[in-house]
Amino acid sequence: MNLFDVIGPIMIGPSSSHTAGAVRLGRLALALLGEPVRDADIGLHGSFASTGRGHGTDRALVAGLMGWNTDDSRIPHSFEFAANAGLAFHFETVCLGDDAHPNTVMFALKGKSEGVLRLTGCSVGGGRIKITELNGFPLELTGEFSALITLHHDRPGVIHSVTGVLASRTVNVAEMRVSRRKKGSTAVMVIDVDGSVPQEVVEAVAGLPQIIAVRRLNPVVV
Amino acid sequence: MDKLALLAWIEEAAATGIPFGRYCLQLQATEMEIAQEVLLQRMQEYLSVMRDAIDYGLTGVRSTSGMAGGSGLRLQNWHANEKNENRILGQLTAKAAAYALAANEANAAMGRICAAPTAGSSGVLPAVLFAIAEERTTTQENLALALISAGAIGMVIASRASLSGAEGGCQAECGSAAAMAAGAAVELFGGTPVQVGHAVALALKNLLGLVCDPVAGLVEVPCVKRNAGATMIALLAADMALAGIESVIPVDEVIDAMAAIGHSIPDALRETGQGGLAATPTGLECAERIFGGRNRLNK
Repeated sequence: MNLFDVIGPIMIGPSSSHTAGAVRLGRLALALLGEPVRDADIGLHGSFASTGRGHGTDRALVAGLMGWNTDDSRIPHSFEFAANAGLAFHFETVCLGDDAHPNTVMFALKGKSEGVLRLTGCSVGGGRIKITELNGFPLELTGEFSALITLHHDRPGVIHSVTGVLASRTVNVAEMRVSRRKKGSTAVMVIDVDGSVPQEVVEAVAGLPQIIAVRRLNPVVV
Repeated sequence: MDKLALLAWIEEAAATGIPFGRYCLQLQATEMEIAQEVLLQRMQEYLSVMRDAIDYGLTGVRSTSGMAGGSGLRLQNWHANEKNENRILGQLTAKAAAYALAANEANAAMGRICAAPTAGSSGVLPAVLFAIAEERTTTQENLALALISAGAIGMVIASRASLSGAEGGCQAECGSAAAMAAGAAVELFGGTPVQVGHAVALALKNLLGLVCDPVAGLVEVPCVKRNAGATMIALLAADMALAGIESVIPVDEVIDAMAAIGHSIPDALRETGQGGLAATPTGLECAERIFGGRNRLNK
């Protein structure tokens, strides 16, 4: 812990969890989609659904989907900017049960060049966030690290070959998680790294056998 | 998280004979491996955002719900009238109260603010720092050092208790903000590190047990006006400490008491918008009006 955990962040009010955290969830969703958003179905659960409008959670999520920072003064007017940018969005209330965090959002996104993404995440307090599900895969992503994310066929040696690329470029792995739907099908791997992920790493990993897709994430929580 | 001890820092600062803020600057710059100038520069940026938030609030902005807004401006106008015989607060305290309302109203109206320590309590530090800066003489660097003192105090509270209303009630937000601001105020008036510790303890003691019961779950009622109350307690605590009044209970023990109290506050009074003021007939009516029966909790 340091001084900046207590003083700051600079943000658009009124709530670090319901406004700043919401911007960050949107930004992460955009980064995982990997291209500008054309269409967004946004489901709000629990406190996000019940108090979201008064906290500007809806406007903050849309601002995040356009890649804005938590202190962007345009956040209160993000709907108008989205309309101009050709981003269509639709909000609905969803019920994910008592086990889901009260500040949970579900995104179903379509990109401008037809990429699709389904993402579930929550705002856990003080602006900190956690992604819990990506395209049906459970995973944990906090946006505090630079990260490399792969969708790949569940075969022996894939993890070795990906971490091999990182090792050859002296990128240090901070933490990593792997999850799969079932044995031998597809799997998702999240690798948090120290520093940043160079573009050449992304390209090298994308060229590996068994890799279906790869994304690079910059930290959204700083 | 390792528990920090404010008294350890206070004793070290006192032993080396340097002001508390300067000591915290050295400590944090070393730990974060950044130059002291860089840290001071970041504080200046935060201060500038705080100052702008006060000004934005003083334009009389209102929140989306309509519940919050305009009170900082109203109090400022009330005190601006020299012929008004009914003014109770003195010049510095009146200014601080108006600034606290205004800065937190800026937050409620989706203005740009600096969380200190949270968005819901973001009016207290700007109010105390800028009311003192404008009513007394101080330098930009002293303001930055006071903010660093406040941050260090907040770190100790975060490590031993909590800064989140959902975890510890409003005592963790407005209580912590008041404690941080009280220490910062002592620092600005040239008090000793030991006096900083007593100011923190005295401020926090006066807000122990305060629950978080926001109407309609929004950071507006009673948050905005509690920022003003916490600001008054911060200034009173600093004044008492500067006069040599001491807290019988040592500051770290007061913080531990806050943690224990926080654990025993029921869920309904920890930022769920279900108890206290939120559950009053008028509180419920406000919630109904704002959300119009739709957007209710998914039950």
